[in-house]
Amino acid sequence: MQAWVTAPQGGKLAAIAATAMLTAAIFVLPAKADTDPKAVLANYADIAQAKYEDALATAVKLDEAADALITKPSAEALEAARAAWKAARIPYQQTEVYRFGNPIVDEWEGRVNAWPLDEGLIDYVDAGYGTESDENTLYTANVIASPKIEINGTEVDASRITPEFLAGTLQEAGGIEANVATGYHAVEFLLWGQDLNGTGPGAGNRPFTDYDTANCTGGNCERRAEYLAAATDLLVADLQEMVANWGAEGAARKALLDGDPKVGISAILTGMGSLSYGELAGERMKLGLLLHDPEEEHDCFSDNTHISHLYDAIGIRDAYLGSYKRIDGTVVEGPSVAAMVNEIDPALNAELTGKLDATIAAMEVMAKRAEGGEAYDQQIGEGNAEGNAAVQAAIDGLIDQTRSIERAVAVLKLDSIAFEGSDSLDAPDKVFQ
Amino acid sequence: MRRAIDFLRRRTLSHYWCVLRGSLRSHLRMRTGGRCLFGVVSGNNLGNSEPEHSAPHPKPEHNAFRIEPEHKGSLLGPGHSAPYPEVRAERASKDALIQPPLRWSVAGLVSLALTVGVTAGDVPSGLSATRTDLTAKDLARVRAITEPTTDFSKAEDFEPMPAGAATSRKRVNQDAFSHPSANLSFEEQGTFKLGNGLFRKLWVSSPSSTQASDGLGPLFNARACQSCHLKDGRGHPPEDNSDAPSMFLRLARAAETVEEKAMLGRKAALNFPDPVYGGQLQDLAVPGLASEGRMKIAYEEMSVTLGDGSVVSLRKPSYSVDDLSLGPLHPATTLSPRVTPPMIGLGLVEQIHPADILAKADPDDRDGDGISGKASVVRDAASGEPALGRFGWKASTPSIRQQSAEAFAGDIGISTPDVPRHWGDCSEAQQDCLALPNGIQERLGKSEAPNPVLDLVTFYSQNLAVPARRDVGKPEVLAGKKVFYQLGCASCHTPKFVTRRDAPNKAHAFQLIWPYSDFLLHDMGEGLADGQTVGDATGKEWRTPPLWGIGLTEEVSGHTFFLHDGRARNLTEAILWHGGEAQAARDGFAALPKADREALIKFLESL
Repeated sequence: MQAWVTAPQGGKLAAIAATAMLTAAIFVLPAKADTDPKAVLANYADIAQAKYEDALATAVKLDEAADALITKPSAEALEAARAAWKAARIPYQQTEVYRFGNPIVDEWEGRVNAWPLDEGLIDYVDAGYGTESDENTLYTANVIASPKIEINGTEVDASRITPEFLAGTLQEAGGIEANVATGYHAVEFLLWGQDLNGTGPGAGNRPFTDYDTANCTGGNCERRAEYLAAATDLLVADLQEMVANWGAEGAARKALLDGDPKVGISAILTGMGSLSYGELAGERMKLGLLLHDPEEEHDCFSDNTHISHLYDAIGIRDAYLGSYKRIDGTVVEGPSVAAMVNEIDPALNAELTGKLDATIAAMEVMAKRAEGGEAYDQQIGEGNAEGNAAVQAAIDGLIDQTRSIERAVAVLKLDSIAFEGSDSLDAPDKVFQ
Repeated sequence: MRRAIDFLRRRTLSHYWCVLRGSLRSHLRMRTGGRCLFGVVSGNNLGNSEPEHSAPHPKPEHNAFRIEPEHKGSLLGPGHSAPYPEVRAERASKDALIQPPLRWSVAGLVSLALTVGVTAGDVPSGLSATRTDLTAKDLARVRAITEPTTDFSKAEDFEPMPAGAATSRKRVNQDAFSHPSANLSFEEQGTFKLGNGLFRKLWVSSPSSTQASDGLGPLFNARACQSCHLKDGRGHPPEDNSDAPSMFLRLARAAETVEEKAMLGRKAALNFPDPVYGGQLQDLAVPGLASEGRMKIAYEEMSVTLGDGSVVSLRKPSYSVDDLSLGPLHPATTLSPRVTPPMIGLGLVEQIHPADILAKADPDDRDGDGISGKASVVRDAASGEPALGRFGWKASTPSIRQQSAEAFAGDIGISTPDVPRHWGDCSEAQQDCLALPNGIQERLGKSEAPNPVLDLVTFYSQNLAVPARRDVGKPEVLAGKKVFYQLGCASCHTPKFVTRRDAPNKAHAFQLIWPYSDFLLHDMGEGLADGQTVGDATGKEWRTPPLWGIGLTEEVSGHTFFLHDGRARNLTEAILWHGGEAQAARDGFAALPKADREALIKFLESL
């Protein structure tokens, strides 16, 4: 086992606890501690904390870059902000494996990563976007251009675009999920603008002058800047909240560590399987491939989808191996589900590890194509057999690894927990069978 | 209405049959007196102990969509490539009528079998009156566990989990109705997620660059399923002209000619569309085409004084249509406003055995309790067979797949393999509409939404989880529960069922569920009447809507509008609108002391 690396921004208590755990792992009962469910859960929580801290640190940099763009707009400042956004996606996407299985994360996720979004709510859009949507009266509300908007027949004051306004009023206004006003994808739209290239090459191409109050393009540059500042502030605040949830006394950590360890281990595998199959292979990848629709792309303004998918897959592997390489290059690792499986069925452990690696390899092939000039939205285009196949290979990898995840659930005898939450007939929430 | 359990004990099978036939008789207004001349109808086998005709369950073999490189053909069995349901139903009934059921006319009755085209003695599996999916031991367990409780001192066993193992225990927020059944496999979660993607997908008008996504309309109410099913929750009436369209008007008239009456008799149709505007009013249209018109609602406030002197104001709506594009509606066309019902738990409702629903039917109120639940018998579009209608405000649809296909065609104007109406609800009289292009691309399939779109949306719709109960053991909730039972609410809002053991999806099988509905039709009085006949449902009858999840309406949907047209602004108003068979329960509620009324509301809010 590698030596523990204290998280640079980690809480002291967590560090002490981690050190204690490490001590136990090495000197007391190494084999046992490696596979002790409680130790596995503690490491899983420590990695969550490290990941959210990294997501926060990169979001802070994004916030600063956005402020720099607003203060002194230039092509370079816009590029720097875009680069900061892309850098922020890398640690965040690795946290997604925590979403399914941890209700606190799942409930919160929509605030930071909701997608897809009707961008006409936020800012100007191309005429081809259409002017109305029967479902969404805010489809072209264009808050940046409108100090007053109407939500459900009530006039709402939008004269000041604040984090509170975005989170409390505009997000999912009217109950419409596509009214995404906050999070990475709202910021992405503010930095890139619409990608009007369909399944052709090119991402969104918003000019920096959209933030230049002296030579304003697109109109309302001050309000656009206000929106960008509020959205990045909010992203930072939301991530701070999630870092705290995984701190020593955080609710997410406590929910795992104070509960039945089997339920916790089940949550790790549930998170891996649900993200692999349903969320990533299904909704985010297969649907777009079925429809050949460039709108069915996760990071559609920036053409950064390949990176988002790749780091989701890396996050899934890391959740299994109990290891995470931080943005500063240090590694957090400890007792893992992999070790638990290995103890019972080494062949299955080898199989699952191999499949997780294979998926990442397939994702890397897909990402390489994207970096070579064929963006993800082009890869899913109709008639692009090679591109379609590259995406399909990654989907196949995700599905294949889920089969082995299911087997790991069975080997660890977590089946009944995965499906019913409890195998105890005396539990208050038992079910009739 | 008699309690199901007593009924099960007291009645023989022939009585079920009798009751069921009664429901059709009353539909046909051919009541023949109190006696059920059952032996004549059945020939010999319905009175036996093993009369079940367990036809293969008409459900897809694969409920989980497998993500494969190329999707080849239908995932489903041959029964699912049914043509336009009415055509299919027509054909089936004609086939059946070729065999002259002479014995039936001897009985001097228009019997169920004749009516719906069943050969004598042959009970369609969709109307089966016994549970052959269970062993005797399991049946006894099911009966015991579904017995209405008499102990209100604590929560019942399993009560916190209203959908059994499918219940969602995610944190309650606005997404509370949008989670998959908790007991799905990872693969099934994948199918659910794909269905979700299609459910929120915006269809666009033809021709367009995204050819897999076009075909909208030409007339439509919504561009996406989710447009009306906001957060998979309950719709509401428009609060102004710009509001989201989670409510529309069904247009229908009763039979006029002898031929039309015969069609209703053999269930080839449930009613007849407006000759110009079709079966529903589409208030939107693709560019270049006028929409059909706009629903207009006028409310009139009425005061109701409760037993303790407090006054509640109810708003009585009246409906009309403005800006009709092709002149007035047919004089006989009736308007029936419908809000979007919540999507949760539907797959479990689909797996309630028909015997358990039929057992509660009492169309002629033979037990004299003033409540006469009536089964809605319709044609299953896929098989052409008679089946229990259990979905929709008038229980007019037997399956979620059929409901979904009809909504695609009627609401969005998108054709599917099951309902290949490429111009949606355009009638022959709407030539401008029929002249517009549809969205079929032969290379993609023969309908605008070829397989697997409907498969996926159906699976999604079958698997939206019911959230766990909150506060189930709190004294005030338990007190309210007691009031609920004492007032007789549970007579129609049946608390419990146990789903079929042989459900095609294991996640739906043998779950103890708490929908609070008998899925039967009831006369709800003049106040709620829409005057529109839909199959067995008269213009005063409505299906008992399930109550599960009702306490989360505000959380999920941001409002508390209830009933078929959202006229009630809170649960109290909704209860006070109950009339007809529910008049006694409603009056009981109105007479309660305030604390008991509040407890009842607390109970409902915990569902």
